[in-house]
Amino acid sequence: MRSFIAEGVDTIFGYPGGAIMPVYDALYDFRDHLRHILVRHEQGAAHAAEGYARVTGKTGVVLVTSGPAATNIITGVTDAMLDSTPMVVVTGQVVASLLATDAFQETDIVSITQPITKWSYQIRSASEIAWAIARAFYIAREGRPGPVVLDLTKNAQTELVDFHYKPCHFIRSYVPIPKPDMSNIEEAAKIINQSVRPFAIVGQGVILGHAENEVLAMLEKAQIPVASTLLGLSAVPSKHPLYKGMPGMHGKYSCNVKMNECDVLIGIGMRFDDRITSTLNSFAKQAKVIHFDIDQAEMHKNVKADVPVLGNVKETIPLVTALLSPNRHDEWIKSFDSYDDTEYDEVIKEELNPTSKDIKMGEVVHRISEKTNHDAIFVTDVGQNQMMGARYSQFTKSRSFVTSGGLGTMGFGLPAAVGAKIGKPDRTVCLFVGDGGFQMTIQELGTIMQENIGVKIVLLNNNFLGMVRQWQEMFFDERYSFTTLHNPDFVKIAAAYGIKGKRIKEHHELDAAIEEMFQDDAPYLLEVQIEPKGMVFPMVPAGAPISDVRLK
Amino acid sequence: MEQTLYTVIVFSENRPGLLNQVSIIFNRRRLNIESLTVSASSIEGVHKFTITATTDEETISKVVKELEKRVDVLKAYYYVDSEIIYQEIALYKVDTEAVLNSDVIEELVRKYNARFLEITRSFSVIEMAGHTDEILEFYNALNEFGVMQFVRSGRIAITKSTKELLSDFLDQRNADKLLKD
Repeated sequence: MRSFIAEGVDTIFGYPGGAIMPVYDALYDFRDHLRHILVRHEQGAAHAAEGYARVTGKTGVVLVTSGPAATNIITGVTDAMLDSTPMVVVTGQVVASLLATDAFQETDIVSITQPITKWSYQIRSASEIAWAIARAFYIAREGRPGPVVLDLTKNAQTELVDFHYKPCHFIRSYVPIPKPDMSNIEEAAKIINQSVRPFAIVGQGVILGHAENEVLAMLEKAQIPVASTLLGLSAVPSKHPLYKGMPGMHGKYSCNVKMNECDVLIGIGMRFDDRITSTLNSFAKQAKVIHFDIDQAEMHKNVKADVPVLGNVKETIPLVTALLSPNRHDEWIKSFDSYDDTEYDEVIKEELNPTSKDIKMGEVVHRISEKTNHDAIFVTDVGQNQMMGARYSQFTKSRSFVTSGGLGTMGFGLPAAVGAKIGKPDRTVCLFVGDGGFQMTIQELGTIMQENIGVKIVLLNNNFLGMVRQWQEMFFDERYSFTTLHNPDFVKIAAAYGIKGKRIKEHHELDAAIEEMFQDDAPYLLEVQIEPKGMVFPMVPAGAPISDVRLK
Repeated sequence: MEQTLYTVIVFSENRPGLLNQVSIIFNRRRLNIESLTVSASSIEGVHKFTITATTDEETISKVVKELEKRVDVLKAYYYVDSEIIYQEIALYKVDTEAVLNSDVIEELVRKYNARFLEITRSFSVIEMAGHTDEILEFYNALNEFGVMQFVRSGRIAITKSTKELLSDFLDQRNADKLLKD
C-alpha cells in the first residue's frame, strides 16, 4: 500500500478474493488515501484502469486475486499491450510453498502473461515488494507504455519487512527513449522541405509523448495536411484547417486516396496498422516514408521507412521543425476537397439528416458531439458504434477519445467509460455502445450504481451484431449467421440498477432526449433504436488497396 | 524469400522466465529453433543465448528487435555463418571391441581431430568438436562400425568483429546511470 502511495496512486480498480485478502485487509486502513473501485468482474477492472489511464496519462492500477481472477484480466492486459496503455496489475497467488502443486485457485499467470505484457514477475517474498512495484511503475510508464503484471504470493503479503521505498529511474537492460540520430533528423527535414505533396498521419504516440503542440507547430510551419489514426483521435483539434480526418478501412475517402498520391508520407507516433494500410504491397508505394516512433521494433515492421526517426516525438519533432523552411501546399491541400465533397454527398449527408424513418448512428453521434460543444470525452465499444463514434464525433481537447483499437475488444466500452469518468470527473464522459458489446460487460452497471459514476451511456441498438452483419451482407451473400440478437428491455435493466434511462426511436425525439441526458451529472442510459440494417461507409474491403474506397 | 541459417545471440540479465520470453517470440512466427545454448557469459551477471534458426533476413531482423524489446534483454544480434566462428561438440559411444578389431576408427579419430574420453571393456566414448556437417560426417563414418549412442550440443559462436558491441552498450548504460543518479 505504501509502495502504491509512493508511486502517486490514488485509485485502484479491483475485486477481492482468497489469495489477495491480506492486501485487501491492509487496504482497509488506507481507505482515506486510496480510492478502491469495486467492479463486478475482473475484466471490468482491467478495462476501467485502461479508461482511467487513457484520459489521465497516469498508470492504471488493478488489484485482483489468483486463479480465475488472474485469467479474467487477460483480455484487458492484452488490450493495454496492443494500445500502449500504462497499467500495473497485481494478482494474488497461492503461498510460495504450494506453487506448482495445482493448489486451489493457482494458475501460472506469469507464464500466461509473458507475451502480453512489458514485464511479468512473481514476487515470492515481502523483501521484493518495494523493488518490484517501483520497477513495475517505471516499466509501465516509461518509453512506449504498456501493462505489467505482478504476481504476489500470499506469504509475501503477510511477511513483515522494513519498508524502504526507492523509486526506479533506471534499468540497465531497458532503454525507454532512444537518443535521436541527427543524421536522420536532417534527412527527414530535407525530404519534407523538398516535398510538394506531403501528408502526415498522427497516432497515439503524439498523445503519449505530450507532443500535440510540437506536432502542430511542425505541420503549421510547413503547411502539411494531417490525418489521425483511431487511437490518435483528438491529438489534433477536429476543426484545425490542416486536419483531414481518419484514414483506413472506414476512414475518410480523401485521406485514403491521398495516402496513395502524396510524395512524402510522415507517420508520427503511429504503427501503420493493417486497418490503416490495407494491403501493404499497394500502400503508398509512390511516397517517401518518414516514420517517427519511440519503439525500434515498429521501424520497418509493416511499412519500410525511407527515414526512420527513432525517439520521443516530443524531442524529435521540434528538431525537425527547426530545420524546416516555412512552406505552403495550397493546391495540394485543396485537392482533398473534391473527395470530401463526394463523401459528404454520397454518405455523410444522408447519415446526418436521414430521409428514411429510422434514426441513424451517425446522426446520434453528431448531435451529441454538437450538444457537448465537441468538448466531451467519447468512449466507444467495438464495431459499428466505434467506427461511427470515430467518424462523427469531434474534439477540441487531447485525450478525449477512448476506444479499443488494436485488440478490438467488445465489452471494452462500459468499464472503460467508468474508468474515464473516475479519471476526469469534471468532464462529460459519453459512451457509444452497441447492443452486443453492452451485454458483454453489462454487469458493470453495478459499479456505476455503487459509486454513482456519471457516465452517459448511449446504446445504439439495432438488435444485430452490426459490423459482422454488414460483412455478411457485403461479402457472405447475405447469410446472416448468428448475428441477430433477441434483446432484453435495457431501460428496465438500467432502472433496476437505479440508473435513469429512456428509449427513443423517432428523429424528433433525439434532441430532447440528449437534452435530458445532459441535464445533470448522473449516470444515464439513452437507448436509441436505430436503423436495423445500417452500414458504415466508406469502406475499403479487406485485401483491397487502401485507395479502393466503396461509398455504398 | 531467401532462407538462410542465422545465429542469434542474445545477452540478458539473469532473471527467471527469460527462456520462455525468448522462445515465444520464435514460436509466434512458427520459427523452428534448430539449436539453443544458454549459459553465463564472460561478463558477470550477464547471460548469453545462442540460437540458430533458418528463415529470411526480414523475419530474423524483426525477431531480434522483438527480443531486444523485452525489458530484461540487454542486446540481441543476428549473424550469418561467415560473420562468426562457431562450434558444436558431439559425443559418440562405440563398442570397444570394434575399436580393437580395426585400425579404421583410430584413423578416423586422427583425421577428424577427435579424441577418446573414456574406454571401458564394453564401450568407448569419443568426443569431437566441429561444424554440424563435420559432426555428421564423422558419425556416418563411425556408424560403419555401429554407434551405440550419439549426442550433440547446440551451437556456440563468437563474432569475427573486433568491436565488442555488448561492452560498449554496458559502458554507455553505466554512463547513463551516473547521469540519472
